[in-house]
Order: sequence, then structure tokens, then C-alpha cells
Amino acid sequence: MILREIADLLRARILSSEDMLETEVQNAFCCDMMSDVLAFATNQSVLITGLLNPQVVRTAMMLDMHCIVFINGKEPTPEIVSLADANDIVIMVTDDSMFRAAGTLFGTGLLNADEV
Amino acid sequence: MAALHFHFDIDGEDFSSAGDASVVMKKKLRQLGFPSDAIRRCSIAMYEGEINMVIHANGGTADVDVYPDKIVIVLEDHGPGIPNVELAMQEGYSTSTEQIRNMGFGAGMGLPNMKRYTESLEIETKVGVGTKLTMVVGV
Ligand SMILES: Nc1ncnc2c1ncn2[C@@H]1O[C@H](COP(=O)(O)OP(=O)(O)OP(=O)(O)O)[C@@H](O)[C@H]1O
Ligand SMILES: [Mg+2]
Repeated sequence: MILREIADLLRARILSSEDMLETEVQNAFCCDMMSDVLAFATNQSVLITGLLNPQVVRTAMMLDMHCIVFINGKEPTPEIVSLADANDIVIMVTDDSMFRAAGTLFGTGLLNADEV
Repeated sequence: MAALHFHFDIDGEDFSSAGDASVVMKKKLRQLGFPSDAIRRCSIAMYEGEINMVIHANGGTADVDVYPDKIVIVLEDHGPGIPNVELAMQEGYSTSTEQIRNMGFGAGMGLPNMKRYTESLEIETKVGVGTKLTMVVGV
């Protein structure tokens, strides 16, 4: 699946790195605890989270992730957006809950982070 | 063999910049052409240690020596020290406050992660004096 399709499925707004929307991804991880993201780090390409701070972007960078989806319409600060922009990470905001966003993506074949 | 040396001062006052040294180091390792797997292990271990210094020890320093076959990360702070290292190494053990958990940390996973992603993790710590972590990441 490419990131543009994920944005469409979640009716998400794209806030950063629009030139990266053709990036292919195969898996995702949902979490608000960044240490858990770091602990269960295997081939994750999309991070779905309700946590809003710059460490979300840095955590994604440490794991070579391509995309962060903020749920429940949570609006990241300009600092978060510019950090992502500078590092080729796509930020999307969806009005969906974490459960719905994850369910939608899982249902279309995106895999859990440990399955690739 | 002479190593490439990188030094970082980690600001303990400004949480929003926490993790920045690890980001810079990751980019350097990429430029140096290390394999992505080694870079990722190094990044995660350094990042967890950097965040710990900010949230538990009011900042400190990071010194990274890069060799062709290994990366040595030394993190040093003058924070409160760790009273019981064995306990601190257990998954899920954390003294983090509600405020830290609201920032996405404090799961008690950092030190176990650092051990998991490195070849060796050595902790020298003294209560009231500070903590020095030495990690070796194999390439
Ligand atoms: N540099 C340090 N100085 C003082 N205490 C520390 C330091 N690093 C870790 N600790 C202590 O060890 C505990 C465990 O650390 P660890 O990194 O495993 O978990 P955490 O930081 O609490 O949560 P997480 O890493 O999951 O965000 C901490 O809660 C803290 O009490
Ligand atoms: Mg920690």
C-alpha cells in the first residue's frame, strides 16, 4: 500500500512531506508510549498515535518509519510538522479513533509490525 | 585504530529538544555508510539513554566513538543516580511521574531496550553523584 492510499482510507489531511506519498509501506504500529514503540521495533513503517510532541517524530526517525498518523483530529504543532518535513516523514491527521484507524488499515491488508 | 569522536551536550531543561543528539548521530552514521541495522540499534540505544538523562537526571553529555566494527556510546550525567540497578533493569520498572508518562515515556522499557539492542551495557552509578552508561554496539 502507498501512503496516499492510507490518507484516502482514513480521510486524513496531509501536513508534511507531500512528496513522499508514493512511498510503499507494509506494516503499522499503534501506541502512545514511545518506549513501547522502541521496544517492539521491527520493520514498522506507519506509526498511529494520539501522542502529540516532537519525540513522536524523533522516535519514528530512530526506527526509519515513513509516516505518522495522528488520530481523533489531533492537530500537531508547527514545530512537530517542520521536524517531520525536514526528515521526509509524512504526517497525517485523521478524525478517526485509534481503533477505527487501525481497523480500517488492518482490514485492507496492512500488517502488524512484527509480521513482515 | 583511531576512532571518530562525537560529543553532545544534552540539555536537561528543554524536553522538546530531547532526542536531538541521537537524531544528529544517526545522520552522521548514515553519512559514514554504516549498515542500516547497526544504525538502528545504535540510534535506539542512544535515544533511550538521552531521554533518560533528560527526564531523570537533568541532562548530561553523550560521547560517541565510531570504529569500523563497533560504536561506543558513553552517556554521563550528574543526576540523582540509580539506587538499585538490578531493579531499574527490569522491564516495567519506572519511577517516572504522571507528567513523564503523558509525554509518552515512563513505561520502564528504556534500560531493557538499551540492553537488548547493544552488545554490552555497563552502568556505573552513585546516588547523589550521577550515572555513567557505556554501551557498545556491534556493526
Ligand atoms: N540517568 C538516570 N539517572 C537516574 N535515574 C535513572 C537514569 N536512567 C534511568 N533511571 C532510573 O531507572 C528507571 C528505569 O529506567 P528505564 O529507562 O528503563 O525506564 P523509564 O525511563 O522510567 O521509562 P521508559 O524508558 O520506558 O520511558 C527510571 O524510572 C529511573 O528511576
Ligand atoms: Mg527510559
